[in-house]
Amino acid sequence: MSDLSYVRTEMLGEQEPPLGETGILKWARENLFSSYGNGALTIISVVFLFFVLDYVLPWMFQSSWTANSLGECREQIAAAYGEGTDGACWAVIRERYRQLLFGFYPSNLYWRPILAFVLLGFAIAPVLFDKLPRKLLIFSGLFPFIAFWLIWGGTLWTPVGALLGFGIGYLASKFLPSLIGSLGATIATFLLPVIWWVFLYGPIGAAIAVYVGDNNMDSAIAGYEQRIASGEMNAAELVTAKRELKTLQSLPDKKAELAGLEVEAEKLRAALPDYLADVKTPENLPIATSKEDKVAFEKLLNIEGREVGIRDAIQRIYEDVGRIGPMVPVTSDQLGGFTLSILIGITGITLSLPIGILLALGRQSDLFVVKTICVGFIEFIRGVPLITLLFVASTLLNYFMPPGTSFDLVLRVMIMVTLFASAYMAEVIRGGLAALPKGQYEAADALGMDYWQATRLIIMPQALKISIPNIVSNFIGLFKDTTLVMIVGLMDPMGLSNAIRANQAWNGIVWEIYGFIALMCSGSSVSPCHVIPCIWSASFRPDTRVKEHIKCLK
Amino acid sequence: MKKSVFLGALTVAGLVAGAASAATLDDVKAKGELACGVSTGLVGFAAPDANGNWAGFDVAICRAVAAAVLGDSNAVKFVPTTGKTRFTALASGEIDMLARNTTWTFSRDVDLKFTFVGVNYYDGQGFMVPKELGVSSAKDLDGATICIQTGTTTELNLADYFRSNGMSYEPVPIETNAESQQNYLAGACDVYTTDASGLAATRATFENPGDHVLLPEIISKEPLGPLVRHGDDQWGDIVRWTLNALISAEELGVTSANLAEMQKGTNNPEINRLLGTEGDLGGMLGLDKDWAARVIAVSGNYGEIFESNIGESTAIGLARGLNAQWKNGGLIYSPPFR
Repeated sequence: MSDLSYVRTEMLGEQEPPLGETGILKWARENLFSSYGNGALTIISVVFLFFVLDYVLPWMFQSSWTANSLGECREQIAAAYGEGTDGACWAVIRERYRQLLFGFYPSNLYWRPILAFVLLGFAIAPVLFDKLPRKLLIFSGLFPFIAFWLIWGGTLWTPVGALLGFGIGYLASKFLPSLIGSLGATIATFLLPVIWWVFLYGPIGAAIAVYVGDNNMDSAIAGYEQRIASGEMNAAELVTAKRELKTLQSLPDKKAELAGLEVEAEKLRAALPDYLADVKTPENLPIATSKEDKVAFEKLLNIEGREVGIRDAIQRIYEDVGRIGPMVPVTSDQLGGFTLSILIGITGITLSLPIGILLALGRQSDLFVVKTICVGFIEFIRGVPLITLLFVASTLLNYFMPPGTSFDLVLRVMIMVTLFASAYMAEVIRGGLAALPKGQYEAADALGMDYWQATRLIIMPQALKISIPNIVSNFIGLFKDTTLVMIVGLMDPMGLSNAIRANQAWNGIVWEIYGFIALMCSGSSVSPCHVIPCIWSASFRPDTRVKEHIKCLK
Repeated sequence: MKKSVFLGALTVAGLVAGAASAATLDDVKAKGELACGVSTGLVGFAAPDANGNWAGFDVAICRAVAAAVLGDSNAVKFVPTTGKTRFTALASGEIDMLARNTTWTFSRDVDLKFTFVGVNYYDGQGFMVPKELGVSSAKDLDGATICIQTGTTTELNLADYFRSNGMSYEPVPIETNAESQQNYLAGACDVYTTDASGLAATRATFENPGDHVLLPEIISKEPLGPLVRHGDDQWGDIVRWTLNALISAEELGVTSANLAEMQKGTNNPEINRLLGTEGDLGGMLGLDKDWAARVIAVSGNYGEIFESNIGESTAIGLARGLNAQWKNGGLIYSPPFR
């Protein structure tokens, strides 16, 4: 019996798996050559890639980094790789990458936008990771003001005063309900900060500037004199410093001149007949006005014009000398490149979501006026292309303001981009609100929550979660739209690419600059767009913050 | 369309009337800087360098005016304007003057209510073709495909020229100059047309400039010059005579090199009046005596500015041509300083 049976007594040694069932061959067979059709497509793709890379790689690497002009690039490439070689002129990037990143921002102050960008990370961190101490959220709230101060510089009062407005709103919402009831408190919460910003913020800032300026004047003048005497400056800086010194020293003269003009204007005004007091331009004078009165009137207008000019000049001096803090002001026309794009993008993204939420809620409101305003705003903005709004920002807004006031173009563009994005955001969020079952609203009511409690705790967390894919799409779109600011003359990276080409040395360079911009864009545009909606939606429900966040990043 | 143009003009007119009483000169002095509208970037005429300092033929005019008014050629805030925003920027007071290779035309002068103070460059529309086509005259271009920037006067000039010569063409509409260069070099069109100065600048960047020729025909008049708002004649005079001072300086042989010597006094009374050693022409303008000397000290006279920015010593290599002094057969001519 035992002869017939065969029982294996020792285990067979492990064998290599068949060649086609393991490693790269298996992967290739399953993923690249799973059928004849797919195999053919794979081969075609590889050949295509080969031809592209065969052209692009030599072009990228047979390049020049050190030349100072396109012609020099061509010479260097011809010398190094032979006549007729087509190579990239990366030298333009070497010379201009700072400009593409920071625009015309003063190079000794680059640390300021960089620091603002780093702090942005710190501001986001406590929202993303709830292991971090909760008190860090205070920093997140303060960050916009710090960033503003870092990037634009100037007196510390600008951000602090703006922040005080929010403080007033917070105090009103906290203490007023017990005093004047909840409706009055809601109105006051919105109204008091506006009153602060519109009527008090500016004058108080000016008063502070005058006070600090008078204290600092002597030391500022001494500082200029010392720097001029030290001989460290080059000729152009010297001229500028001397001019600024002269401006500072002229302050007493200017004040005296202003006082003189005021007296003169008062005399003229007293001499003129009363009926001319409200006439603004010579064209509008009544025909019966006597010739002497006409002359006096025009003289008065002239004096008033000069008064305005001198007041402006005095105010400018005080703004300069009466600055609180060490931050040298940087004007908006010095912003450019990716700093500008990111600034406009992040501002638009961060502000459009809360405004969009308010608009979406307003659109669903039962209050007729609120609803009409919201619907009107949303439909108006959505009916107008962004380019039109940018033109309105750049040109038309100036007509509505008194001549001579030049409201910062970058700020105007930011406001328009934010409004534009808000209207679209409102519709996205309305979609989320509409998708929520009616039972959720009713359940919130049944629990005895008031409108804001229900919205904050029940409605919004769910509605925002539904809307997240669309919100992110909106943000990415907004970020890309920032390149449109080029047409109103702002120097975003695309605008700068044109300006760089306008330089004789680099005229004719195209691919290198666009390649660099594309590289930077693909790195920088995606992340803020993904992170910020998560922050906002998470901020409604502190307890689910991390889960929400992780879900939405996926 | 007509209505909107009308409304636009009305707004401009209303604004100019309202702002008439405020003197731009006082304004500029109070601000301590001149807001000067320039191009967002045009080879030879306006471009920022790696440090953000603007330079170019138009930029030099801005700097000259700043030197005359403020005594500092760096006290200029350069406001980059596009073809679409330039006029509103000027009309609304955002900029004090515009030096952005802007063609002086009837409607811009009269209807838009601007004052063109003079011409700093006489341009004209030309054609560039590859040499291998063997074309020697624009009259041979019947049936050609032509790269052209949309929305410019060049587009209209081209249509006029071909219609009046009974020829046909195939337009390849293109948005920017850089795009045109790429399309032209890639052979998407036989001919590239734009202002002759732009053609020369473009050709200079080609790998083989010799393979392309500029045709002799110039089919339009493009007098480019700085402009200011209507209604402030004193300011207009300052900009006008700053430009004239540059032109006269070249005619009279005052250069940045010999300026210091000339300022000590010469036997030519006109030079003396220009440089303020005789008479008080500056005072009449509301400036001081040395204003013109400061203007010339910035970067020399008209000829020197031309030579260093767009002239034959630069990559662009434009000949003086129409822009030579009137004594040398050109059109550059300044009224006398008297």
